[in-house]
Amino acid sequence: MNIAVCVSHVPDTTTKIRIAADKQNIEQQGVSYILNPYDEFAIEEALKLKEKNGGEVVVISAGGETSKETIRKALAMGADRGVLLKTNGFVDSISLAKALAEEIKSNGSEIVLMGKQSIDYDNSITAQAAAEILGYGCVTVCVDLKIDGTKVIAEREIEGGREVVETSLPVVISAQKGLNNPRYPAIKGIMEAKRKPIAEKDAALGKVHTVLSELKLPSAKNPGRIIGTDSSAVPELVRLLREEAKVI
Amino acid sequence: MIEESVESRFIIGFTEEQKVIRDTIKDYADHVIRPKVMEFDEAQEFPLAILKELGEMGFMGILIPEQYGGSGLGYVEYALIIEELAKVDPSIALSVAAHNGLCTNHLYLFGNEEQREKYLPDLASGRVIGAWGLTEPFSGSDAAAMKTTAVKESGAWMVNGSKNFITHGTYADTSVILAITNKEKGKKGISAFIAGRNYDGYSASKKENKLGMRASDTAQLSFMNLRLPEENLLGNEGEGFIQAMKVLEGGRISIAALSCGLAQGALDASLKYSSERVQFGKSINSFQGIQFKLADMETNINAARLLTYQAAVAKDNGQPIHDIAPKAKLFASEIAEKAASEAVQIFGGYGFTKDYPVEKFYRDVKLLTIGEGTSEVQRIVIARNLAQE
Ligand SMILES: Cc1cc2nc3c(=O)[nH]c(=O)nc-3n(C[C@H](O)[C@H](O)[C@H](O)COP(=O)(O)OP(=O)(O)OC[C@H]3O[C@@H](n4cnc5c(N)ncnc54)[C@H](O)[C@@H]3O)c2cc1C
Repeated sequence: MNIAVCVSHVPDTTTKIRIAADKQNIEQQGVSYILNPYDEFAIEEALKLKEKNGGEVVVISAGGETSKETIRKALAMGADRGVLLKTNGFVDSISLAKALAEEIKSNGSEIVLMGKQSIDYDNSITAQAAAEILGYGCVTVCVDLKIDGTKVIAEREIEGGREVVETSLPVVISAQKGLNNPRYPAIKGIMEAKRKPIAEKDAALGKVHTVLSELKLPSAKNPGRIIGTDSSAVPELVRLLREEAKVI
Repeated sequence: MIEESVESRFIIGFTEEQKVIRDTIKDYADHVIRPKVMEFDEAQEFPLAILKELGEMGFMGILIPEQYGGSGLGYVEYALIIEELAKVDPSIALSVAAHNGLCTNHLYLFGNEEQREKYLPDLASGRVIGAWGLTEPFSGSDAAAMKTTAVKESGAWMVNGSKNFITHGTYADTSVILAITNKEKGKKGISAFIAGRNYDGYSASKKENKLGMRASDTAQLSFMNLRLPEENLLGNEGEGFIQAMKVLEGGRISIAALSCGLAQGALDASLKYSSERVQFGKSINSFQGIQFKLADMETNINAARLLTYQAAVAKDNGQPIHDIAPKAKLFASEIAEKAASEAVQIFGGYGFTKDYPVEKFYRDVKLLTIGEGTSEVQRIVIARNLAQE
C-alpha cells in the first residue's frame, strides 16, 4: 500500500501573532513552528495502515526550507521518506492542491491523508481540491476509517452526530481530532529520521485563484459582562452560553 | 516561545536531534503529564503507566547503548530530558533520573557481558523498573558506614541488613545494592550486588510519606537471609564503594539538570502570573520589586545551566567531572530552592495554595539540596578538590 500524507509547518498554537509591516506576513521573531496538529492524526492513521497492511508512507510538505523540521517529525513518528515542495510565502490553496496532486500522482499513492485544515490559514479546502484534481474519492473531517481491500468505510463528524460513508480507493481523507491518538516519536525514531531521505523540488503550483491582500488582527475582545450575582442569573447565563457564545 | 529565548541566550548549541528529543519530551510532559501532576502528588501515586510509556519511547535507557536495547545517547541529551520533565513534574523527573542514572547505569558501567545482556534490555525499555540502594538508616552522607553485610556461603552471598530512602523501593523488580563483604577493609571492603523482588529474603516496606517528590516512590528495603547467587556480584569484590561514587558523580549532572528545570518551571509560572495579576492598578510585573526577583531567577538559571551542560559535555567527551559535577549540583539545587521560594512570594497567597503550580515546586525542590549528596557534602568535595590542586 502506497500512502501519502500531506503535512504543513505552522506557527505554534500558543504564538502571540503580530503582523509584519508588509501586512503579508506575521512577525517571525519569537515564533516557533510545529507540525499542524490535524496532520498528526493523518500521520498516525497512515502509520497504522502501514503497520497493518505493509507499504510505504511518504510525507509531502509544501513550504520553505524550515518545513523540513516538520517533515522530520513525521519521519521520526515512523514515515519512510519525505518530499519538500518548495514554495515562497503565501500560496493560494487551490494552486497548492495542484502541486500536491502532481506529487501524489507521480508517486502513485492510492491513499492520501491530510489534516482537515491547516491551523495557519484555516482554509479547509486543500484535501477536497486535491481529490478533485486527482479524480479520487474524498472523505473530509474523518473520525473513523476502515480500509478493506479497496473498500473504504469512513465516519465523518457532522453537526450533532456522525455520518458513515462508503467509498473506494483511491481516496483522499482529511483527518479530524478523534480519528486516533497520535504517537509521540520515540528516541529511536528521532535518530533514524535523520537518515531517511527528504527529496526537494520546486512546487508545481497551479493557477492562482486568490491572492493575499492584507493580514489583519481580529478586533479586541469585548470585556466580560456580569449578568447577576445569585442563582436568579442562571437561566439568563444558560441562554447566553447557548445562544450567544454557542458553547453548550 | 520561551524555548526560543532560552536557546538564543545559551552558549552551547544543541544539535538538530537534541532539539527534537527535547521538544518531544516537552510535548509529552505538557500534554500527558501536566494535567495529572497534582493528582499524582495528592494521592502519592507512583505513575507506573507513564514510566512504562516513557520506556517505550526510549527514555528509560537514555545512556545505554542500542545493543542492550537503550537509546545510546549521552549526558547532554540526558540533562535536556530531565530538565524538560522537571519543568512540569520534578517527581517524575526524579524517578526517570534514578532509574536511568543510578540502577541501570551502575549495571551498564560495572556489569559483565552476561549481566548486561540479562538485565539491561528490560531496564532500558522500562519493562522493569530499577532501584539503587546505598543509603541506610544509620549511614547517609557517610555512606561507607553502612551495616548491611554480604557473606559468602556455599557458592552464594547471604545478605542481611536494610536500605533507607530507596527510590522505587516498592516497584523495582531489579535493584543494585551495596553491602560490606569485608569489614576490615573499610571502603575497600564494600561490594555491589544485583538483587530484586524475586529473591526470598528481599522485601520492601515503609513507603515514606514525604514533603515533596510525592509521586516518586521512596521506600525501605530489608534483607533477611537474602541469598544471592555468586554471579550477582557486580565487578570485583571490594570495588562497590568506588563504583557507587562513580555512579553518583554522573548522578549529580542529572540532579543539576533537574534543578535547572524546576527553577525554569517556577520562573515560567511567575512570568505568566506576574503579567496577569493586577494590584494598585497595574500588573505586578511592572513593579521593580517583582522585576528584580524575575531578573535574579533568570540570571541564576542561566548560570546553573552553563555549569550543568559544562559538566554534561565534559562527561560526554570522556573528561573528568569530579570537580565540575559537584559544583553544578550544588549551585543549581541552591538557586532552584531560591527560585521556588521567590516564585511563591510572587504568587502571594495564591502561591501558598495547591491551585497554582509553584506550591509543589517549593516542596519538591528541597530534595535537590539533599539527595545524591547534600549541599554540605558537595562543598566538602569541592573544597577537597581545591586543597589537592
Ligand atoms: C526522596 C529521596 C530519595 C532518595 N533516593 C535514594 C536512592 O534511590 N538510593 C539511595 O541510596 N539513597 C537515596 N536517598 C538518600 C539520600 O541520598 C540521603 O538522604 C542523603 O545522602 C543524605 O543522607 P541522610 O539523609 O542520612 O542525612 P545525613 O547524612 O544524616 O545528614 C544530616 C545533615 O548533616 C549534614 N552532614 C553530614 N555529614 C556532614 C559533614 N561531614 N559536614 C557537614 N555536614 C554534614 C548533612 O549535609 C545534612 O545536612 C534518597 C533520599 C530522599 C529524601
